[in-house]
Amino acid sequence: MSFLRGSFIDALVVLQMMVRDALNQAMDEELERDERVFLLGEEVAQYDGAYKVSRGLWKKYGDQRIIDTPISEVRAGLRPICEFMTFNFSMQAIDQVINSAAKTCYMSAGFQAVPIVFRGPNGSSAGVAAQHSQCFAAWYAHCPGLKVVSPWNSEDAKGLLKAAIRDDNPVVFMENELMYGVPFEMSEEALSKDFVLPIGKAKIERPGNHVTLVSHSRCVGHCLDAAAVLAKEGIECEVINLRSIRPMDTDAIEASVMKTNHLVTVEGGWPQFGVGAEICAKIMEGPAFNYLDAPVTRVTGVDIPMPYAKILEDNSVPQIKDIIFSIKKTLNV
Amino acid sequence: KLKMLTNISNVLRACAQRNVAAVVMSARTYADFTPEATFEIKKCDTFKLDEAPATQVVLTRDEGLEYYRIMQTIRRMELKADQLYKQKIIRGFCHLYDGQEACAVGIEASINLSDHLITAYRAHGYTLTRGGTVKEIMAELTGRRGGIAKGKGGSMHMYTKHFYGGNGIVGAQVPLGAGVALACKYQGNNQLCVCLYGDGAANQGQIFETYNMANNRYGMGTSVERAAASTDYFRRGEFIPGLRVDGMDLLCVREATRFAADHCRSGKGPILMELQTYRYHGHSMSDPGVSYRTREEIQEVRSKSDPISMLKDRMLSNNMASIEELKEIDVEVRKEIEDAALFATTDPEPPLEELCNHIYYNDAAVEVRGTNPWAKLKSVS
Repeated sequence: MSFLRGSFIDALVVLQMMVRDALNQAMDEELERDERVFLLGEEVAQYDGAYKVSRGLWKKYGDQRIIDTPISEVRAGLRPICEFMTFNFSMQAIDQVINSAAKTCYMSAGFQAVPIVFRGPNGSSAGVAAQHSQCFAAWYAHCPGLKVVSPWNSEDAKGLLKAAIRDDNPVVFMENELMYGVPFEMSEEALSKDFVLPIGKAKIERPGNHVTLVSHSRCVGHCLDAAAVLAKEGIECEVINLRSIRPMDTDAIEASVMKTNHLVTVEGGWPQFGVGAEICAKIMEGPAFNYLDAPVTRVTGVDIPMPYAKILEDNSVPQIKDIIFSIKKTLNV
Repeated sequence: KLKMLTNISNVLRACAQRNVAAVVMSARTYADFTPEATFEIKKCDTFKLDEAPATQVVLTRDEGLEYYRIMQTIRRMELKADQLYKQKIIRGFCHLYDGQEACAVGIEASINLSDHLITAYRAHGYTLTRGGTVKEIMAELTGRRGGIAKGKGGSMHMYTKHFYGGNGIVGAQVPLGAGVALACKYQGNNQLCVCLYGDGAANQGQIFETYNMANNRYGMGTSVERAAASTDYFRRGEFIPGLRVDGMDLLCVREATRFAADHCRSGKGPILMELQTYRYHGHSMSDPGVSYRTREEIQEVRSKSDPISMLKDRMLSNNMASIEELKEIDVEVRKEIEDAALFATTDPEPPLEELCNHIYYNDAAVEVRGTNPWAKLKSVS
């Protein structure tokens, strides 16, 4: 009897957690678990992090493990988490990310591992203009030797960040500033200290039969919103949250396309040589091509540097109406 | 007796010619060698330092023989690489270290293998002093499976324990070196990192960023060392103390490194060493090396400051070794190089099945796309 009552109460306890807190929890748990893990970046220590993602960690772990730095990179025997205030700043250190981090395991024939996580906000924000709004998913995902991860909600954030920290390879972990303050439900499993999500596996956030939507990061939410609107019109969208850009879960996309026969990719980044472009190429080369009833449609950011004025900025990124429009064009309805 | 007198007079004549200041500790019969001798070395210019490395240093016979052997090995290995490159057996980039042996050997003499070292692309000498073998270095240059990086890295990407290459991007190794030093401090293991770079890197922004980080409330055990042609590089740290060292004199380099290592390990923070050294070859194999300097200059350095000759003269003039003994070492070294070259030219190339291996570390096997969609290759860690 008491056993039944316990589980009934557990089921009622649904915790809402913001993405930044999920990231914070992930880092806190991994700092505690492995003393080789440490965090460095601009303002991560005393300032509690430019976006407060590292709040409280400096107070708990001290100078040794939470380090304020200029934009630069370190490794060797330790497991650093390197925070970029934004991935736009990572370009200052990109040579290190690519030439010193990504390629080293291969160049040394497996002798020298680089267990480092590069994390920070990626993609567009609100009113931060062209130099602070670029999406770097395609640039980093282009490079063998890196793993590139792009969480959407709090569960993604926590599970994937823990996986990234525990991974013995360089992982580019792309967060989104606009998502930091968004709360999501966290299951009990997700709240545990050993909750780790596999890198390279996508998640079907919403099943459907008529069209496959593939997205990552903030756009996943837009896809779900578009799907909710279209459901009222009898169009059932299957929404796939990529979670990992490299390696990408091509199998999941193919299985879905083979079911729905239609594919729309949605991303915040620019169209040329982007994530959607890669998905198109992959689908063409695989078994799912023969199941397509229409060419793949890519919904992307507009091919321009990000403007400042609100009306311009709003119209530079995919909106829900753009997604709906594209789906209907793809379905020819 | 006559033999001994002849010997001493030869030695004295050699002394006068080479202008090597030496003190003979004791004169014995020809059969006995002097176990150790004290030498006067050049004083280092200092910057922001109250003390300087010693100018009177002791070299033992055993040390001398060991240093001679390693320097000669580096010299012969580099010259063999030159030969193989011209025969097109080594391809791509090849940056040779001959002339600079005093640096690699002098530094290693004053640090431990448990310390750390990182350098730029002129790395063959350091790969050797840091524990690599001639055989695996040469096989890496020829791109064979027996190479130190299994043929995957080439000239600029060789690694051993606590040696982080071999780095192709000018200056990039400097922040990495600071990171290694940070790891030493973090782990409290009293180890230090020697981080080398050249004149080209010296003007880069990331060098100064590294100075800033190394000194900025970290007190890291980073000792930064450079080879320079002129100007006061050792002062460029501004808030980091510096030493200017005769990089052609092994004993100078050894003593300065000892001083620098003590400085670091005692918690005084980073230190800059400017090693004035000289490479006989051009920058790389595609640089004849005579468009920006004269052959006379190269010849002069060779005759007056060659590090191996300097050590040899010191040992001979102090009766610390015989000429036959040194010749024997030469023969052994030559054989080692020849054997290594034979291995490097006959060892097969890496197998194609291993093309995609080692993209990731400690990871499950993955499929890698080949040149076309049907080429599904395999990668294991």
